[in-house]
Amino acid sequence: MTIQEIQEEIIKEFKDFNDPMDKYNYLIKLGKDLPPIDLKYKTEENIIKGCQVKTWFYSSFKDGKVFYEIDSSAVMIRGFIALLIRVLSGQQPEDIKNADLYFIDRIGLRENFSPIRANSLFKLVNQMKSAAITCQADPIRKGGIF
Amino acid sequence: MRERKNTHKIFSFDITKIRNDFPVLNQKIYGKPFVYFDNAATTQKPRIVIDTMSKLYSEYNSNVHRGVHYLSEQMTEMYESARKKIQDFLNAKNSYEIIFTRGVTDSINAVAFSFGELLVKENDEIIISEMEHHSNIVPWQMLCQRKGAKLRIIPFNDKGELLLDEYKKLINSRTKLVAIVHTSNSLGTVNPVKEIVAIAHKYNVPVLIDGAQAIQHQKVDVQALDCDFYAFSGHKIYGPTGIGVLYGKEAWLQKMPPYQGGGDMIEQVTFEHTTYDELPFKFEAGTPNYIGAIGLGCALDYLTNIGLDNIKNYEKKLLDYGTAKLMSLDGLKLYGRAENKTCIFSFLLGNIHPYDTGMLLDRMGIAVRTGHFCTQPLWDHYKVEGAVRASLTFYNTLEEIDYLYEALKKVQKTFG
Repeated sequence: MTIQEIQEEIIKEFKDFNDPMDKYNYLIKLGKDLPPIDLKYKTEENIIKGCQVKTWFYSSFKDGKVFYEIDSSAVMIRGFIALLIRVLSGQQPEDIKNADLYFIDRIGLRENFSPIRANSLFKLVNQMKSAAITCQADPIRKGGIF
Repeated sequence: MRERKNTHKIFSFDITKIRNDFPVLNQKIYGKPFVYFDNAATTQKPRIVIDTMSKLYSEYNSNVHRGVHYLSEQMTEMYESARKKIQDFLNAKNSYEIIFTRGVTDSINAVAFSFGELLVKENDEIIISEMEHHSNIVPWQMLCQRKGAKLRIIPFNDKGELLLDEYKKLINSRTKLVAIVHTSNSLGTVNPVKEIVAIAHKYNVPVLIDGAQAIQHQKVDVQALDCDFYAFSGHKIYGPTGIGVLYGKEAWLQKMPPYQGGGDMIEQVTFEHTTYDELPFKFEAGTPNYIGAIGLGCALDYLTNIGLDNIKNYEKKLLDYGTAKLMSLDGLKLYGRAENKTCIFSFLLGNIHPYDTGMLLDRMGIAVRTGHFCTQPLWDHYKVEGAVRASLTFYNTLEEIDYLYEALKKVQKTFG
């Protein structure tokens, strides 16, 4: 599926939630279900710095596609991560770089991605995009924070 | 959610009336009655402060000092009268010992630079404590880096009380200053500052007190404390943002050089040499935040009318009730169990991340803060990264504590 198709799918899923609390409960469920990051990537150097919530980031490049392994100590953040991985992981670097993540607005969660929020989500999206750009420039390189 | 009625009659003032004085409290957040438990970060403003400042901007605005025209003179008079109010509020000996700053951070930086330039040399020592806010750590670290001086740290016990015996061991002939928090913003501990000052003075060491979390909850008398410097922020005492106070004993302020140069702080300027104005203007370079200062004076009037003793008594009820209620919740760990503490509850709910707790409480209309609250070394003591903090004040109610309790049970159910 393309990035756009996946976003449309998520928007459709969120349309069923009438009570805003249901949205959060769904995110919590996604957060609980997200597989934890491989322990070997859960290192100090893979932590996204300057965030209130510890978030570990690792990306790899295989067969022309970027794959992400991301984890966080907060369940709610893991829920957001699950959505971002669903949309961007396994996509081509060029598509990730140019992706307009409009689904965040459409599902009514934009405020969580503000740069002034103490969570890691704004930085995380930037990190995912810059990993894609780095893969394009240096396809052999793999790794966490670059 | 049920409407919460403020039915408890345990105080000598009318809580419903008080809450009506604070317009921001009378709203709904996500459709739920707003519970504001983030008062250690900033307090809400009573209508009288908001209206006064609005009136000043609408009808009186003019720059203070040097003006020959009517409005400038009016504004100067109100500005200097605010200084006098703060003098009275702190029981300072002289009004020129009250310096207007941007807040506690600005006040501490001013002393760190100005006092530091005057007196701190290589191998000298500054004493702070393990429970300081970053604003009472970093300016001293910067000073130490500039001068080759050293920071010494007073530890605290697990209840969150400073170890005064350790403090006594730290102080010596190299100590140049003790900078200590009056009330911890993370633990609520009210430190025995009078005793801390007396110990330092035996060694002729001056003491700066960070009063950011103390002055809104209890009477502070700088002459009785005998402290050399006392700092507080306007926005944490129901006044506007961007205004704060540095009280300094005249003897120190006279000796210390200005930390900022510019207009309003000079006596005479030539390209060869500048002479500085007298106190307090020597430390107030540039156009001061005169409307903020008057707004702060207005907030202090408001508090004085209610009575700091009334406030203290009421907040003690909130503290006792809140402590018992929160401690009755299975799995809740409360940080900060000092004998003498203010109404701050920092806690963790089992293994639930503070951010998760805070996010869900927010959706239920409860505003708390999560994280390290700018006291990272304090949380290193407990070997956790931070907590959830509910900080209450005199416009909060027992019913709101009940609501928090129920909300926390929901958080446990959701994440458990």
